[in-house]
Amino acid sequence: MIEQHLAALPIILPLIAAPIALILGRSMLTWAFATLVSALSCIASWQLLMTTLSDGALSYALGGWPPPWGIELNVDVTNAFVLLAVSAMSTLVLIYSKDSIEKEINASNHSLYYTAHLLCLTGLSGMLITGDAFNLFVFLEISSLATYTLVSLASDRRCLTATFRYLVMGTIGATFILIGVGMLYMKTGTLNMADLSTKMAAFESNRTLNTGLAFIMVGVSLKLALFPLHMWLPAAYTHAPSSVTAFLASTATKVAVYVMIRFIFSVFGASHVFETMSMEIILMVLAIVAIFKCSYMATVQSNVKTLLAYSSVAQIGYMVLGISLVSVPGLMSGLIHIFNHALMKGALFMAVGAVFYRMGSVNIEAFKGLGKKMPLTMAAFTIAGLSIIGVPLTAGFVSKWYLVTAALEQDLWIVAALVLLGSLLAVVYIGRVLEAAYFQEPPESQGAKNIKEVPWLMLMPMWILVLANIYFGINTGLTVEAATSASQWLFQGYNPAGVAL
Amino acid sequence: MNNLILLPPFLPLLFGALAALFLRGWLRNTVMLIVPIIGALNIYGLDTGVFWSLEFMGYTLEPVKVDKLSLMFGYLFHIASFIAIVYAIHIKDTLQHVAALAYAASAVGAVFAGDLLTLFVFWELLALTSVFLIWARRTDKAYASGLRYLIIQVLSGVMLLAGLLIYAQVNNSLLFTEIGLEHQGIAQIGAWLIFLAFGIKCAFPFFHNWLTDAYPEATPTGTIFLASFTTKVAVYAFARGYPGTELLVWIGVTMACFPIFFAVIENDLRRVLAYSLINQIGFMIVGIGIGTAVALNGAVAHAFNDVIFKGLLMMTMGAVLHMTGKINGSELGGLYKSMPKTTILCIVGAASISAFPLFSGFVSKSMIMSAAVAEGYDVVWLLLLFAAAGVFHHAGIKIPYFAFFAHDSGIRTTEPPRNMLIAMTLAAVACVVIGSFPAQTVYALLPWEASYQPYDLTHVLTQLQLLFFSALAFVWLNQRNMYPPELPSTNLDADWFYRKLAPNVIKRVASAVNHSYQRAELAVVMSIKHIIQRSYDADKDEPRGYFARFWLTDTMVVWVAILLVAYLLLYYI
Repeated sequence: MIEQHLAALPIILPLIAAPIALILGRSMLTWAFATLVSALSCIASWQLLMTTLSDGALSYALGGWPPPWGIELNVDVTNAFVLLAVSAMSTLVLIYSKDSIEKEINASNHSLYYTAHLLCLTGLSGMLITGDAFNLFVFLEISSLATYTLVSLASDRRCLTATFRYLVMGTIGATFILIGVGMLYMKTGTLNMADLSTKMAAFESNRTLNTGLAFIMVGVSLKLALFPLHMWLPAAYTHAPSSVTAFLASTATKVAVYVMIRFIFSVFGASHVFETMSMEIILMVLAIVAIFKCSYMATVQSNVKTLLAYSSVAQIGYMVLGISLVSVPGLMSGLIHIFNHALMKGALFMAVGAVFYRMGSVNIEAFKGLGKKMPLTMAAFTIAGLSIIGVPLTAGFVSKWYLVTAALEQDLWIVAALVLLGSLLAVVYIGRVLEAAYFQEPPESQGAKNIKEVPWLMLMPMWILVLANIYFGINTGLTVEAATSASQWLFQGYNPAGVAL
Repeated sequence: MNNLILLPPFLPLLFGALAALFLRGWLRNTVMLIVPIIGALNIYGLDTGVFWSLEFMGYTLEPVKVDKLSLMFGYLFHIASFIAIVYAIHIKDTLQHVAALAYAASAVGAVFAGDLLTLFVFWELLALTSVFLIWARRTDKAYASGLRYLIIQVLSGVMLLAGLLIYAQVNNSLLFTEIGLEHQGIAQIGAWLIFLAFGIKCAFPFFHNWLTDAYPEATPTGTIFLASFTTKVAVYAFARGYPGTELLVWIGVTMACFPIFFAVIENDLRRVLAYSLINQIGFMIVGIGIGTAVALNGAVAHAFNDVIFKGLLMMTMGAVLHMTGKINGSELGGLYKSMPKTTILCIVGAASISAFPLFSGFVSKSMIMSAAVAEGYDVVWLLLLFAAAGVFHHAGIKIPYFAFFAHDSGIRTTEPPRNMLIAMTLAAVACVVIGSFPAQTVYALLPWEASYQPYDLTHVLTQLQLLFFSALAFVWLNQRNMYPPELPSTNLDADWFYRKLAPNVIKRVASAVNHSYQRAELAVVMSIKHIIQRSYDADKDEPRGYFARFWLTDTMVVWVAILLVAYLLLYYI
């Protein structure tokens, strides 16, 4: 029974749980409930990944309506892999939230927070596994609306302007996607992705379809914060509550990257997008500029959350760069980085949230001397920071390794060199925080003596992520296997359709 | 031995570092003294071969690969760290102890690394751990100097990484075997990157400034560790990766010769030793560049000896600094009255570095020299001879003379703490034993098969002549009052070997080179500073203007429009 409906569980569980969480009302109770639900969908995702790894892709018709008329859920290795990352991050962030939001969100809004979080998880899971282009837009809106709510919950009033801008930009992005999907529907009369792909093959490079592609690419680029459409992101990440930032930074943009991969490879076909439309040029240039410009922006920030937000935009540059290489290893490096970046950014933002919990500020001033006062938190920050830099034995190294190898394979020397140079900027921005934490004396004030470690419920998820960073840096078996089979499958399965165009 | 459970070679020292972090008092001292011994016994028990090999991202890694070359350096590093730990044991500073032991562990790990990736990991660890020995001096100057040191060391690591990525791509293997510089296409760049990465750590000319900048700023005990490991790991890496690369001969000769001029005009005696360190590495690099079995043996044997006698000299100067707080040649003098034991030990070190027969320097330096002659490098041989005389002058005479004799500075102190004396004595005994019985000690460890007899007529006679005439020149100059002790920082150019070049010219050239180098460095630094200042307000610790803003919605929408147009245009073009 459950086996049969496994594919729907990651969407249905949090969706049903969200209103229940609102009704439960009491902070402690909703926390436990939301965490449990999130953990269950994490287990379901794990099952899905294992099933797809052994049996190949799954198709599930929602409500029993067969595709292409009904909504189809498509679970393959690629999205099961990202889905696992998303639901695992959601669970860890929820564990972390209990203490973290006490300091950052008014007690009356706590149940609202958990509800919005569950809805956001629903939307993200839906975007990942749906096989229907319009349904994807619906899930995108569910997750976006939930995200706006989450960002605006912070007690700092500046979050409202940030949310408003985010809302405007997010809506423009979603609208663009809708316009694009509309154009596809106009021409083909279908919304099912697999069906779209085969029907589109019948058209010889049609202008409407190509305009639709352009709209979708811009819309998705906005959602995934590709430079120069990233401008909503630093403000939103800075002013959102820490646990929200940790969740969004490690999941929302990653899912959008996946949506881009999905549209390129399984709807339009890689050869059409890259050969006919030459989109890899735009993507590669933007990705490289993102890496440098935003890494540099990160080095001069004084607010550590803003610093990490810029770093996120730069890291998205690495993922998009991997996609723009148009090769199996390139796509693989992008997919691995989606997973690994979730691990490191999640840990970093959790550590910063822990600093806020004790210091009430995330300015770099607040980090002075914390190496002695909050050793565990700062050690977590250090290791996750090393992972961002790409030091061997951390997950970040594995991503960079594959990216550089993929670039070298195509004799793109400069790209490989730029990737390594970009890492040097990461040394600077992470180094600035570490310098403040370990080499500067804390300012003299009365409260400073009482600074101690944060509660263990905050430390535990943080350290799970840190250990995962090290584990996936040493044992690359799972990540590489999943990403390899995923990217090979993407190129094999859908190139013929693209070639036909 | 086989029934013991053997450990990866770096583990005992790493354990020691951990123990130093958590333990205190006599317990810590005991553990710290025992770990190098356990470590040495552990590698004694290791058979040659590959251990704990594993698959990583489709490549075979060999975290521990034991052969005669790595064993030799393994023993050396354990001996060196034991002596240095004895020397430093009186210190209460946890930071220094932990950093020093972790640093030694990284050095051991690096020489037992069977693949380039493992080597890279330890390569970076060497940089990260050693910098704390400089920062532990806790002065602003040391902090700045340590930061410069760290940047250059990390740069070397990044180059190694870039090089090994290319290497892995081309050869589909990460194993650290002979690399060489002769390759086609992309592999050429990879080989050069690795070469330069090694070169930076090895203090090649123009890359050497980190060494003379940072080592004299480290703590008195920290310098002993620093002088023993980093550059020797690089020498090891060259011996394994680039034996017989002709370019190395000429680089090595340059390294052997140019520091002499700087060493002569330098007043800080520890900096003099830092220059002399580069000079000694020059000899080793020449040996590796020649690449015959005798030359390579000479190079690694010299590395072995150099760690011990340079350590000894550094320790005596550290003792002087520790007891008097002064290290400039012009402020010291006459210390033999109050530190007679240290004086004798320093002279033993000086005799070893000058390669007196029966002292350790002789048995290895003459190997390299005779290999140079045997391979027809006559010019190289002459230059090395000049360098050897220069060594005798600045390290063999200048150091002991200005610290312990010369004109009496009036400083009255006592002998250093007992543990320092013991450490120095250990090193001095090692120098004499190796020098007198090379076949039973250092020669027994040599990795390549070659027979060599240091104590024959030619070698001994050449060396004695050289030393005798150098000493004569010094005495003569002193008698004629051409060696005024009041101005020790300028008079030292009056050495008959390069007197013809006129001391002023040398100084001018040296300072001109130094100036233009500094000016170029300044220009680069200033332009970087300018960019940073435009975007960052250092006083308020905040980003400025453009960099501090979050954007308005309209800006963002404009970009959306531009990108859409770009996508569409690309399609119509």
